Parts: sequence; structure tokens; C-alpha cells
Amino acid sequence: MGVSRIYVAGLGAVSPAGWTVAALREALELGKPLPAQPLEPRRDQPLLAHLVPNPPTRPEFLSHPRLRRASAITHYTASATLEAAAIFQQRGPENPRLGLIACLQSGCVQYSCRFFDETLRNPATASPLLFPETVYAAPASHVAALMKNVILVTSLVGDPSSFLQGMSLAAQWLVEDRIDACFLVGAEETNWITADALRHLDRSANISAGAGALCLCRESGWSMGVELAAITDAHTYSAKNNRTRAARSMRAQLNGIPGHGDMELLCDGLSDGSRNNAPRNGRLARLDRPAHQSPAHFRRGIDGRCRLAMRRRL
Amino acid sequence: MLFPSPSPSRKPARVVVTGAGLVTPLGLGWKTNAAGFRAGRTAFRPVSLFDASRQRVKTAAEVDLPSAFPQTSLGERRLSRLDRAGKMLLLAAQEAWQQSGWEPAENLPLVLGTTGGGMLFGEDYFRRALKQPYPHRGQAMRAVCYQPQMQARLLMDALDFSGPITIVSNACASGANAIGQAWELIQSGQAERVLAGGYDSLSEMVFSGFDSLQALSPTVCRPFDVRRDGLCLGEGAAMVTLETLESAKGRDAVILGELIGYASSIDQHHLTQPHPQGNTTQVVMKSACATARITPEDIGYINAHGTGTLLNDSSEAAAISEWAGRRASTLPVSSTKAHIGHLLGAAGAVEAVVCLMVLREQWLPPETAFEVPDPACKFPVVHEPQDANVDVVLSNSFGFGGVNATLILRRWA
Repeated sequence: MGVSRIYVAGLGAVSPAGWTVAALREALELGKPLPAQPLEPRRDQPLLAHLVPNPPTRPEFLSHPRLRRASAITHYTASATLEAAAIFQQRGPENPRLGLIACLQSGCVQYSCRFFDETLRNPATASPLLFPETVYAAPASHVAALMKNVILVTSLVGDPSSFLQGMSLAAQWLVEDRIDACFLVGAEETNWITADALRHLDRSANISAGAGALCLCRESGWSMGVELAAITDAHTYSAKNNRTRAARSMRAQLNGIPGHGDMELLCDGLSDGSRNNAPRNGRLARLDRPAHQSPAHFRRGIDGRCRLAMRRRL
Repeated sequence: MLFPSPSPSRKPARVVVTGAGLVTPLGLGWKTNAAGFRAGRTAFRPVSLFDASRQRVKTAAEVDLPSAFPQTSLGERRLSRLDRAGKMLLLAAQEAWQQSGWEPAENLPLVLGTTGGGMLFGEDYFRRALKQPYPHRGQAMRAVCYQPQMQARLLMDALDFSGPITIVSNACASGANAIGQAWELIQSGQAERVLAGGYDSLSEMVFSGFDSLQALSPTVCRPFDVRRDGLCLGEGAAMVTLETLESAKGRDAVILGELIGYASSIDQHHLTQPHPQGNTTQVVMKSACATARITPEDIGYINAHGTGTLLNDSSEAAAISEWAGRRASTLPVSSTKAHIGHLLGAAGAVEAVVCLMVLREQWLPPETAFEVPDPACKFPVVHEPQDANVDVVLSNSFGFGGVNATLILRRWA
């Protein structure tokens, strides 16, 4: 075993607000919803999505041979990872051993839809250039080739809680001294089929796209001054395990950590869908505090399957 | 608590396999499959699951699912929310679960590997969404059931357990990575028991993808043969129950084998092509041996990734030959993809169970279509049914995107 403390060394984001964390922060501070745009008009009703705008300048990473024909999700993953790497590259060791964990739910839907559409029309002319880009592992593979010194890579698929599963895996790799730093990236791209699917599940919600990246490291000197304090156990909902029970268990675990009284709300898993939010708020309200004072970072599964929590130490 | 680790300084636990279940084109369950692999049977036939008439290659290895499913906690309605992949997963998991003697439990992690999850629901969703007028009925259910976490959750409900779900999708290494990650969870003290494995079904899109790359063999699958001309696709699932040795002994469980080593590496050479000399394949085999504290001299059989493609097999053969050194000349190697095709996300898990069969029953799975070795093979390729005396086996799995995984298992005597 190597270390027992883990630090955040960098952040990266690509979102409908732009291609940096600063752009996302600015949009959040403005507090105005970003406009939704119509997607390809395939349906009787227009499908709306919050799209990522074109980058202000062509990203340099697109000149890498592996990324020239990669899909949007790989571009988002690459941009967020490179932004998250900036501080670590200045403060970290030479030739660090790096890990990369990509967390996805829908994955490479744009090329998947294009390739399957071509297959249905005539498989004999379906493009062999598209198919390799349809696999879940493609974004992580490309970004590993783009970054130097990446020695461990994995792609995790699941609902939004998979990001914290990925964080747990990153923590394990760091604690076992297998790597010096790990990039943890959650990424999605949009197209009409994901927007269509979401509308079946929640008519008031609009699909969005982008990527968020964290760089986790083993040394405080390489970090941006934030330490990962805890990741609770994950709780999958079942006939025996509901939201209330999961939230109580997570709170009990978090309360067992020194300094838990200093915890603050970081963010939560609220979406813009009332159907998903209502039960969550109701359960949290029963935990002795109103939802907005919740100390935990909650993640909401699109179909409500899994929940876990983390907190940070400043 | 996932972090900080509950016991960071403890000695890594020994991890044993107490249950194994598999579904392959050779049949359902350990006994049928063991007989098939031992004899070198193959399971390729014309594709019947979708229209392959316009594909370059028209054969694959399909699973014959039973018409009736064993009783589980899932009712008929919820069982219908599983596609072929989910049903194969359920069958394999149930066999492993029963064999292990595990009881319903909470906080029991599930680690799965897959490349497609509920791909068949996704394909169905897509076809319907293109129709005009658009038939909305059932689309919400298809959108939910397409997601692999739904299959995982239904599996938990079927076997009456709950716990964290991790779904690994590192292409064709997914199944081996899933078992490897489960091994790490137990070794590190984060779990005492984990249910792990891989699953994937044949789908039109994936078949068409490999066909478009001209990676499918128009003849027969002959890994490491100089005349090889591609892979054959298959489908299936394999699951194992992993637990600490202490836990297994405490229950008086039958131990099928010990998982003693695992490693993963990344080949950055190309998205779909391995490094010609298999540099990272050597790395992953060396790393796995280091975790197992063994050398190539200790290995009695290698279940190779061995897809039957020109590039994979020459790269893997070069890597094994270089890594094994003098041991290579007597180290038996074969690929069970010659029998059942490439099972993608299930491949690594199925091959791990085949390795357990080798250790338990002391035979080697032959490639009966193999005749002339590739010049890069400095090792004997098993091509006839044979008994063996094997204590340690190594299984390789490599995926699109470059993630490589190696598992090492030891006989439990």
C-alpha cells in the first residue's frame, strides 16, 4: 500500500456553456438557463438539446492522428482531461505514471447511430472507419494515446453514479501506488436518439452533452489544495433498499469521518425533471435537514438505480 | 466505505473461486461445455438471429437458449425485460450462484464486463424510431432496458442480492477486467465476496462492424495457423463467485481454483491493431506474473486471446515467445475462440472458466482445425485432445482500444 490521502490536482469541463471550467462557472454564476436547440427534425415533435458550442479556436489536440476522425465525445473527453492536467503538469513529477478512467452512460451514440443506419441500408457499404469509434472504450483509448505516460485505463458504463464508482477505482489505484495521478472523466454526446429516449422517460427534460474531468493525485504538493475526504459505499435500489435507507446509510458513514461538521453542499443530482426530483427531495427532507443543507454530494441515476456520495475536505 | 480504505495495511487476501457458470454456443453449463472444449468441438453455423444475407460472412456461433427458464425471484414480466444477453447472463450467474452455495445477501458487489449490454433493445429502439408514423409503444421500456445497469439490477433481483454495481466496458478485455477488478476488491479488503463475469450477445450492428473491417473469417477460425483469415463471432456469458479463502473455508465450500494474479495494461499503438511485437502484451503478462509471484516456468498452459486475425495472433505469438523465453518451446497454448468464436465482452470470463476446467479436470482444449503454425509461434499449439498435468494457467484478453488483461489461476488441490 502506498498512500492513504488523495488530492484533487485539476478540473476540466466541456459543457453547453463552453470548453472550459471558467465558461461553466460563468454560466452558473449568471444563473440563467442556457438555450436549448432543436436537433435533427426526425420526429413529429422537435427534439431539443443543450448542445456544446463549437470551440472558439480549433483545439490543438485535433492534430493528433488518433483524434482526426474521432467523435464528439472523444473531443470533449480530450479537452476536459487536458484542462484537468494543467496544474499537475506544472507541479507533478517528471514522467508520472498516469491512470485514466472514463465513465459513460450512452457513450459513442453519434457514430453508433450512423453506423447502424448504414448497416440497415446496406451492410455491404457500412463504413469500417465508423465502427471502431462506436465502442465504449474508444474515447479513453484515444485520450490515453494523446496523453503521455498513461499506464492504466478503463471505461465504466452505468448511470450517473458510475462517476463515483470510477473515483473509487482511481482511489484504489492511487492508494496501492500503481499510479501517481489519475484522470477521471465523465462524458456524453448528444444526438436525436438520446434526446428521443429521454423524452420517453421525462418529457420536461432536455438532453445535454459535454465532459467533466478530475485529476486525482497522491501528493498534496501537486494538488490545487483540495483533498478527497471520503467516498461512501454505493447503494443499489432494490426491493429491500430504497432511497431513504441508502441516504441514511451514507449519512452514517459520512458522520463517522473527522471534521464532518464542516461539510457543505457541493452539488447534487437534481435534474430539471420534477418526476425524478420529487422523491429525492422528499427522502432528504426526512433526514433531519432540508435538501439544500445536505452535506453529501448526491448522484441521481436516470432510472434511479444507484446512489452513493462523497465529500471533500478543504 | 469505498474511500478511505477500511484496512489499508492489511495483508492482501487470497481469492478463490467457489462457483462458475457459463453459457456458450457449445451449450449451457459446466458439464456440457467441458465435454465440448475437451473434445475440440466447434459451434459455427449460418446466422439465424438477423438477416446476414448481405454480409460478406454469414456464419457465427449462436447460443440455443432454453425455452423455459429456471425459477428465480423475477416474474415473467420482468424476465421479459431481459434480452438474449441478459438471459445468458442470468443463466450463467444462476449456475455459479447455486454451485457456490451463496445465500441472498446485501452489500455484495457485482462486477460485469460487456461491450453491448442490452444492444438488442437498442437496435429495436432504433428501427422503430425510424418508422413513420412513429410507434411510441414500448420505447420507454426499450430505452431503459438497453442500459447494462438495468440488466445488472434485474440479475440482483433474480438472485435476491444487492450491492454496488460496476460495469466494465473495455471492449474484448471487459470480461477479464471485470474478474480482475473483483479480485482487486477482495484483495484490498473492500469486499469479502464478489459476483463477477462477462456477457454479450450477437447483434446485427456488431456483426456488421467486424464484417466491414473484413475481420471475420470466410472459412474457419484457426488461431495461430499460418493460413488463418479472421475471427468468428459468438455469444455467451460466464460468471464466477469469488471470495476470500477464509470465507470459503468457513463455509466448507468446494473450491474450484484460486485466482492468484491479474494485471491490465494499455497498448497505445492503434485503436484496433496491436503493437506488432506485442510490447504491452509482454508487459501485462509480466505484471500478472509479478502479482502472482510466479515466472513463466510455473505456467502449465496459456489460454491465448487468439482471435484468428492476422495481426492479433502474430503480435500475441511474438509476445508469448519473447516473454516465455526458453519455456516457450514446451508451453502449450491454444485459443478456445476456435470452438465458440469471439464472445467479445464475455470472452475473458468464459475463457477464465475454461481455465478452471483445465485445472479441475486436467486436460487441454485443442484447436482441431489448426494445422500449420505461424512462424512467430515458438510454442506448441494444442491441436489434439489431450490430458495434462497443469497447476497454473494464464489467460490473455485484449480489446479494441488497447486495454489488455491477463488472469492467472492455480489448481486447488
